[in-house]
Amino acid sequence: MQTLVDLDKVSLSYTPEDSLVLAETSLRIQEGEFVAIVGPSGCGKSTILKLISGLISSQTGDVLVEGKAVKGAVKIVGLAFQNPTLLPWRTTLDNVLLPLEVVEPHRFQFKAKKQEYIKKAKALLNRVGLSGAEEKFPWELSGGMQQRANLCRALIHEPKLLLLDEPFGALDAFTREELWGVLRDLWQLQKFTVVLVTHDLQESVFLADTVYVMSARPGRILFTKAVDLPRPRTLEHIFEESFVAIVHELREHISIARQGT
Amino acid sequence: MNLKNFLNRYSSLLVVIGGLILWQLVCTVFQIPDYIFPSPLKICESLIEFHQPIFEHALQTLYTTIIGFAIAVIFGMWLGVVIGTSPLIYRALYPILVGFNSVPKVALVPILIIWFGSGTLPAVITAFIISFFPIVVNVATGLATIEPELKDVLRSLGATERDVLIKVGIPRSLPYFFASLKIAVTLAFVGSVISETVASNKGVGYLMISASSNFDTPLVFAGLVVIAVMGIGMYEIFARLEGKMTHWAQRDQVSAR
Ligand SMILES: Nc1ncnc2c1ncn2[C@@H]1O[C@H](COP(=O)(O)OP(=O)(O)OP(=O)(O)O)[C@@H](O)[C@H]1O
Ligand SMILES: [Mg+2]
Repeated sequence: MQTLVDLDKVSLSYTPEDSLVLAETSLRIQEGEFVAIVGPSGCGKSTILKLISGLISSQTGDVLVEGKAVKGAVKIVGLAFQNPTLLPWRTTLDNVLLPLEVVEPHRFQFKAKKQEYIKKAKALLNRVGLSGAEEKFPWELSGGMQQRANLCRALIHEPKLLLLDEPFGALDAFTREELWGVLRDLWQLQKFTVVLVTHDLQESVFLADTVYVMSARPGRILFTKAVDLPRPRTLEHIFEESFVAIVHELREHISIARQGT
Repeated sequence: MNLKNFLNRYSSLLVVIGGLILWQLVCTVFQIPDYIFPSPLKICESLIEFHQPIFEHALQTLYTTIIGFAIAVIFGMWLGVVIGTSPLIYRALYPILVGFNSVPKVALVPILIIWFGSGTLPAVITAFIISFFPIVVNVATGLATIEPELKDVLRSLGATERDVLIKVGIPRSLPYFFASLKIAVTLAFVGSVISETVASNKGVGYLMISASSNFDTPLVFAGLVVIAVMGIGMYEIFARLEGKMTHWAQRDQVSAR
């Protein structure tokens, strides 16, 4: 397998006077891998996603995506946050199409290939269980439905790398578990690479191949856990001993990380 | 249609009619002289008697107001976009704008008269100066409050500032923009009338001042009525336009109906 993302001894602070946010953080993500990052609040998880997507750059160390140093927008990424930020004046379908109006090369073909793109968007919406909501406006959707549409928007341009920042953090427990299944199925079908930032250890173990535990600020990778549970994983597995054991192990490392502050 | 529905729909009309009846009664019962406080009927008479000059002066006021307002819309949109998209310019200009806005615009009219003489031009400029500020603030607010997450989503795909402005910023600031037009157009009337009262021989403001120096109080009130009617009319036009253009931003009202 090939390395898709390589962070090598990356250090960063937002302003020169400020203390370090990341201190010599190293992280290597393989193509097709599902990675979860957990850690205390404010340790720099979102910052790592911003580094990988080229929204900010580090002071020292290298950030490589597909073997190239990241300079500016990476374009092969899809981003989704806790806040779905769908545009209220666009229908769900048009919201999902938005990235294609912006990212190259699709933006130049958008008019010509519109029918094809619409077909693709509808198929994607169908896969996350949103068929029938295409012409609805975001405010007519529930929080869970909005987050499904948000996932579709992040995936419509078939990014190699999906970056998720606590995407299910604002949802109720049942909806959240439902969406774990949606994300799992999408990933299993398309085999893109995922970096998922989360506070939910069950979520990280349920979905990821590898879970990274970060220290308190300045963030470093404290602990790496390969989750070798068989796939496909279902919600029943959550209560099995092997699953629970991993969650416990992670929890212990998190509490160590938090004492570090 | 039940009573509650009826009241909901016609409440403002009922208040106006009730107020007029009360006003007329007070004037008649206490026999208040017309040159102090004319009754509604007297004002109506005056409106009818002088309808020809009133119409001409109203047309002049409408004309200066609309030109001043139109300039305010164009300039306000431009400045709003500039301020709303650049934090640096925002920080540099905002205090100056706020300071400028707190200067009473009446105080500027004498200066404008020195520069531009009397008549239409200072009236247009006063209407412009007094009405552009809410447009600037609203457009800038709409742009400056774009969710940072959404910007990140687009920028990570290689979107330029211009892409973000066109796809998100401008549509997002439209409801703010149209809301500000309602306010701005009524302010523009204030501006042109103020200027006309100080230095002009045309317009409703001039009409009122000259009527007042003749102690023709009913005609002064007739002028007020004409300004109010024009103001309400313009407000209504832009309120309708707002409803049409930005129905998505008024979903609460839409669903409550
Ligand atoms: N734009 C910024 N300017 C200055 N400091 C920042 C900025 N963004 C984040 N920080 C600081 O950097 C640190 C890491 O922030 P980051 O958002 O990456 O944390 P996080 O791990 O995602 O936290 P959470 O779990 O609460 O989302 C925090 O201490 C935060 O205060
Ligand atoms: Mg975060």
